[in-house]
Amino acid sequence: MSGMRTSKIGTIWFVIFVAGLAALPFINDSRSFLILMTQICIFAVFAMSYDILLGFTGIVSFGHCMFFGIGAYTSGVMLDRLDASIGTLLLSVLVGVLLSALLSYIVGMLSLRLKSHFYAMLTLAFSGLLLVLAEKWRSLTNGNDGFTFPIPSVMKDRTVLYFTALAVMVVMFLLLRRFTQSPVGRVLLAIRENEQRTESLGYEIVHYKVFATVVAGMAASISGSLYVLTLRFVNTTVFGMDMTLNALLMTIIGGVGTLFGAIIGASIIEWAHHGLSELAKFHPIFERWIIFFGLLYIVVVLLFPAGIVGTLRLWWLKRRGRRLEQSLQADSNAIRKEGAG
Amino acid sequence: MSGRRTDQADDMILETEGLTIAFGGHVAVQEVSLKVERNRFKSIIGPNGAGKTTLFNLLSGQLRPTAGYVRFKGKDITPLAPFQRTRLGMGRSFQITNVFPNLTVLENVRLAVQSQQGVRLNWYASAKAYRRFEEEAKHWLDMVLLGNRIGVMANYLAHGEKRKLELAMLLALQPDLLLLDEPTAGISIEEVPAILEVIRKVKEAGNRTIVLIEHKMDMVLDLSDSIAVLFNGKLLADGRPEDIMNNETVQAAYLGGLYDDAVASAGD
Ligand SMILES: Nc1ncnc2c1ncn2[C@@H]1O[C@H](COP(=O)(O)OP(=O)(O)OP(=O)(O)O)[C@@H](O)[C@H]1O
Ligand SMILES: [Mg+2]
Repeated sequence: MSGMRTSKIGTIWFVIFVAGLAALPFINDSRSFLILMTQICIFAVFAMSYDILLGFTGIVSFGHCMFFGIGAYTSGVMLDRLDASIGTLLLSVLVGVLLSALLSYIVGMLSLRLKSHFYAMLTLAFSGLLLVLAEKWRSLTNGNDGFTFPIPSVMKDRTVLYFTALAVMVVMFLLLRRFTQSPVGRVLLAIRENEQRTESLGYEIVHYKVFATVVAGMAASISGSLYVLTLRFVNTTVFGMDMTLNALLMTIIGGVGTLFGAIIGASIIEWAHHGLSELAKFHPIFERWIIFFGLLYIVVVLLFPAGIVGTLRLWWLKRRGRRLEQSLQADSNAIRKEGAG
Repeated sequence: MSGRRTDQADDMILETEGLTIAFGGHVAVQEVSLKVERNRFKSIIGPNGAGKTTLFNLLSGQLRPTAGYVRFKGKDITPLAPFQRTRLGMGRSFQITNVFPNLTVLENVRLAVQSQQGVRLNWYASAKAYRRFEEEAKHWLDMVLLGNRIGVMANYLAHGEKRKLELAMLLALQPDLLLLDEPTAGISIEEVPAILEVIRKVKEAGNRTIVLIEHKMDMVLDLSDSIAVLFNGKLLADGRPEDIMNNETVQAAYLGGLYDDAVASAGD
């Protein structure tokens, strides 16, 4: 029953949080601020998708950007070649999701039966392959330079775009949370904790791992589609190692295994990105943002090994555990007294 | 009551034939041919390093044998993975505690209940919808005296408590064959009788087969319908407790003085 009360409190906080985000455009309508907030929402979805792998199932991927890139290019190409309508946009998101699901499934089936680093290596190989494909298939992608494309006219409004990204983030958060709390999601956690024991309880591990990678791939594809929608431009950077590293950093800094942590991690990294590029006007050292993220990473890993949200949660669980223990102790003392009396 | 039935081939829930595994040059289990009668209680004894746990690993599929086969419920299961054996009705507990450290005690057992109920690929319903799984998990936890620790993370449990959790997870699977690897090791003296009682209850329900690895001879003699002795990876003897106690090879090889004490205390 205390669990139910907790989840109710959690829901209230989440509603307040979302309401706060929704009110932002009315408080500060500067263009750069809205763009930043939109990016945060998009990368939060990408980071959550990575968290399904790393935090919930314990799978490491070095090529998660490939699904982000598939969504990005699918939406870019379809909006460019077909028409710039809402219908085409939605269709392109759907096609991207299906392509990503298919590729996730293939990569997963090829490698997830083997030792865990095979998946990491194979995703790295596939994302590299897709990067080369995007560079070489010039007729479709215009190579390294990329191409600009038109977007549906309502989406040209920064505020509309922000609300779209916010809505997608909230919906994805709720869907993924539901998934992680479902019977399958619980088995994913069990696999993360102790794979061999999970199998000995009667669960076929590879099914669950493939399931997790397919869900993560689909979610990443959606974030990729949204990303290029805000830029009205796509090039090969979407398949870059930086993208995967971003997701990894956001997930770890926010706290693995907590979807909300991915949102916090995305906010911090995107803010830092923004802040550093402002500072770069004063000194070029600040352009080397990877140095600062490296430092940030070290600080977080040293001070909060479970990430920011993860550390808070642990602290809270411990406190609750201690209170529970104390009340049980009191109970048993009372019983002992009764027995003695 | 426990009258002995006549030995019939189809009464064997588990059979091994020439089961052998070698780690490099070291043969840990050698040519073991063991039969376990359905709904009976068999203990496996033997000194440290005799190969008892390794034999369990071969039975439950954690290890593949170098030679020989395992037959369960009349079916050759040698090539099957552990999860397939579990689904056929074989469950085991581990000597070295093997739980989910960062999940709650309740969730550890709930996962076993969920598997037992066959809810494996449901990805949409919130697990909270499965309230009855939690109720059942609590039932098993109460049985092993962990009912007051359900909200605690498993890695905060004391060693003895982890052993009880291990047992609850096995019970929750409700397997037809229970492989118990030293279930009372590490449990405090006061609590051993309660755990023994749990095992006895399962035995007395009469519809399950139990194979127990145990060093405590009084417990073995008290519960077993038959005892198998493992020594240096080989099956030294297998038979009724009385026969094993009087078996000269067994006495010479392993039991010695220990054995006489056990008989004396069992005779009381
Ligand atoms: N994976 C392994 N690799 C190499 N050697 C192993 C392995 N597992 C077990 N052994 C060896 O096999 C032998 C039997 O070990 P096992 O754990 O089965 O003994 P046991 O009878 O269960 O002993 P105990 O009563 O102490 O639990 C030991 O010599 C052990 O070192
Ligand atoms: Mg052992």
